[in-house]
Amino acid sequence: MSTSVPTADNMQVNDPQLKGKLKKAERFLKIRALLLVAPLVLFVLFTFVFPLTEMLYRSIHNPILVDNMPQAAALIREWGQVELPGEDIFSEVGKALVIAREQKTIGRIGNRLNSEHSGMRSLTTKSARKLGKYTGDDYKTYMLGLDKRWGEMETWSAFKVLSSEYTMTHYLAAFDMQYNAKGEIVPQPEDRQIYIDMLLKTLKLSLMVTVFCVILGYPLAYLLSVLPSSKSNLLMILVLLPFWTSLLVRTSAWIVMLQSKGVVNSLLLYLGIISEPLDMMYNQIGTVVAMTHILLPFLILPTYSVMKSISPVYMHAARSLGATPAHAFIKVYFPQSLPGLSAGAILVFILSIGYYITPALVGGRTGQMISNLIAYHMQTSLNWGLGAALAGSLLIVVLVLYGIYNRLVGASQLKLG
Amino acid sequence: MSLPVHADALERFTYYGVRFFCALVLLFLIVPILIIMPLSFNAEPFFTFTEGMLKLDAEAYSLRWYQNIWDSQEWRLSIKNSLIIGSCATVLAMTLGTVAALGLSQRHMPFKGAIMGLLISPMIVPLIISAASMYFFFTKVNLAQTYLGVIMAHAVLGIPFVIITVTATLVGFDENLTKASASLGANPRYTFFKVTFPLIRPGVISGALFAFATSFDEVVVVLFIAGTEQRTIPREMWSGMREQLSPTILAVATLLIVFSTLLLLTVELLRRRSDRIRGVVE
Repeated sequence: MSTSVPTADNMQVNDPQLKGKLKKAERFLKIRALLLVAPLVLFVLFTFVFPLTEMLYRSIHNPILVDNMPQAAALIREWGQVELPGEDIFSEVGKALVIAREQKTIGRIGNRLNSEHSGMRSLTTKSARKLGKYTGDDYKTYMLGLDKRWGEMETWSAFKVLSSEYTMTHYLAAFDMQYNAKGEIVPQPEDRQIYIDMLLKTLKLSLMVTVFCVILGYPLAYLLSVLPSSKSNLLMILVLLPFWTSLLVRTSAWIVMLQSKGVVNSLLLYLGIISEPLDMMYNQIGTVVAMTHILLPFLILPTYSVMKSISPVYMHAARSLGATPAHAFIKVYFPQSLPGLSAGAILVFILSIGYYITPALVGGRTGQMISNLIAYHMQTSLNWGLGAALAGSLLIVVLVLYGIYNRLVGASQLKLG
Repeated sequence: MSLPVHADALERFTYYGVRFFCALVLLFLIVPILIIMPLSFNAEPFFTFTEGMLKLDAEAYSLRWYQNIWDSQEWRLSIKNSLIIGSCATVLAMTLGTVAALGLSQRHMPFKGAIMGLLISPMIVPLIISAASMYFFFTKVNLAQTYLGVIMAHAVLGIPFVIITVTATLVGFDENLTKASASLGANPRYTFFKVTFPLIRPGVISGALFAFATSFDEVVVVLFIAGTEQRTIPREMWSGMREQLSPTILAVATLLIVFSTLLLLTVELLRRRSDRIRGVVE
């Protein structure tokens, strides 16, 4: 249709006046279309995009020392990390700590320094108290006498890392790395390496959920697409009802099913298959089973709608040309159903990688995923920078997958039931 | 597709095997949802079937957990909140979304792909990230712990659904109808309400139902930005499930299942109606 409609560019007009008029009319239509979309775009920018950008900014923004001790921060930025700082830096830091104590910001500064190098909180608060009474002008000797940690490179490296307004430390920490005393990037000590493991576990659990969804969903989508519509409509209700049922309802249903005195264990005990209740809840099994149940419709629906459009004549032709059923299926049917299957699988993977509610409720200690860790840093530990860096990393993974999904099916083709 | 008469043993096996497997998958999908319904009538404060329940003893069943919901101040507040927040968010998402979808479906729309991607993004970004972002921003602009804040957040999460369903309805829309209306002297507003809207109404309503269901089921954003005043049903269920599991949760769950069945049936009827109007034959 669009090719048959004349536009200013494709029309063979020699009359420049007419061309101009047409351009003007088109511009008017463009502006009208934009005006229709504008309110919603502004609303989404205000309530969603802007907050998201601001949160991600926290993952690199690092204003604590620049705001609270600007002169000291400026001097430390120039420090070469080869030998201990000189008297100028010692005196600026010493004076700044005293001011920070008076302004009651010393706690926040100490906490932030402590996340770079443990022990810094007690060192700064203790020194600030004593420095308040110091009246001399040889800060270096005095501070070295106060606490021998002022003579360690690690202490000053912590200051150095935080002295710039922008930092990569949160992203380094999100990937189990840190700056050492010389300012080089090194792995965290082994007992503090948890984030890569968490990321790998999240990927592993999401992959398991996706694989289970494919195994369970593909045959069902196939059956639904070949049954006569009177039967398939009825069975479709059984797929759509869970899809529409509240997430928390389905999660509580799985607690009822899988807990140690739950339905599944009671049934297995009654049948004599097991002699002791199995541990299926508050671990990875609980998370994977409940998430597979919750996300299965997201795989079935797109697969079904693609399979519905596959004409049966191809399979008949393959069979009549002598292919075995298995051969015909692999060579003829499966490739045609692949677009729907891969779209569904990617969708399930995208949704499961960012899952929060179900792991939090049924995952126990071992079934937690990266989202739960983000929530922990946002709500409990209040290490917002690290939380934001983890969120940023998760977001990049999700956006890459969404890009692939978009390539495969196109965002506008997203099917909802 | 029925089994041909000449099918050999292997084909028979596959045919019945697939059916058997699918039956199991359907059971997996539906049994957990059905099983909590009878348990919500348990007379004992347990999450399991008692002996009496299995013997269908009338004494073992009771409505006490439903009574509990009715008696509890918190549950009643949360039901009221869910309905208020859900409907306001739906109206907001539906109005803005429908108008935008009309613009997006026009041939002259510039940057269509980019804008579409932007409007769909709240559905793709993991909820925990959206929730944390909104928490920081809404606190700064004094929208945290207010009804307006929760409504705006839920509206933005519902918008992708409205956009998707309404643009899908507009795909088969015949532009000649609005041109005809205009040539007969109708102004754009009259044309919209008398010609365009009646045709896209099924899409708009099912988009609205999706948006409502999204808000009605949303808990992560509520956890971050709502105060005790704005506690919704899912929020109440969340704390109930974290602290101690009482069968009251199952009674609420049963009510929600009934509610979602009604939503599902409405959406299905609307979808068929929309297909019929647009002349799509199944």
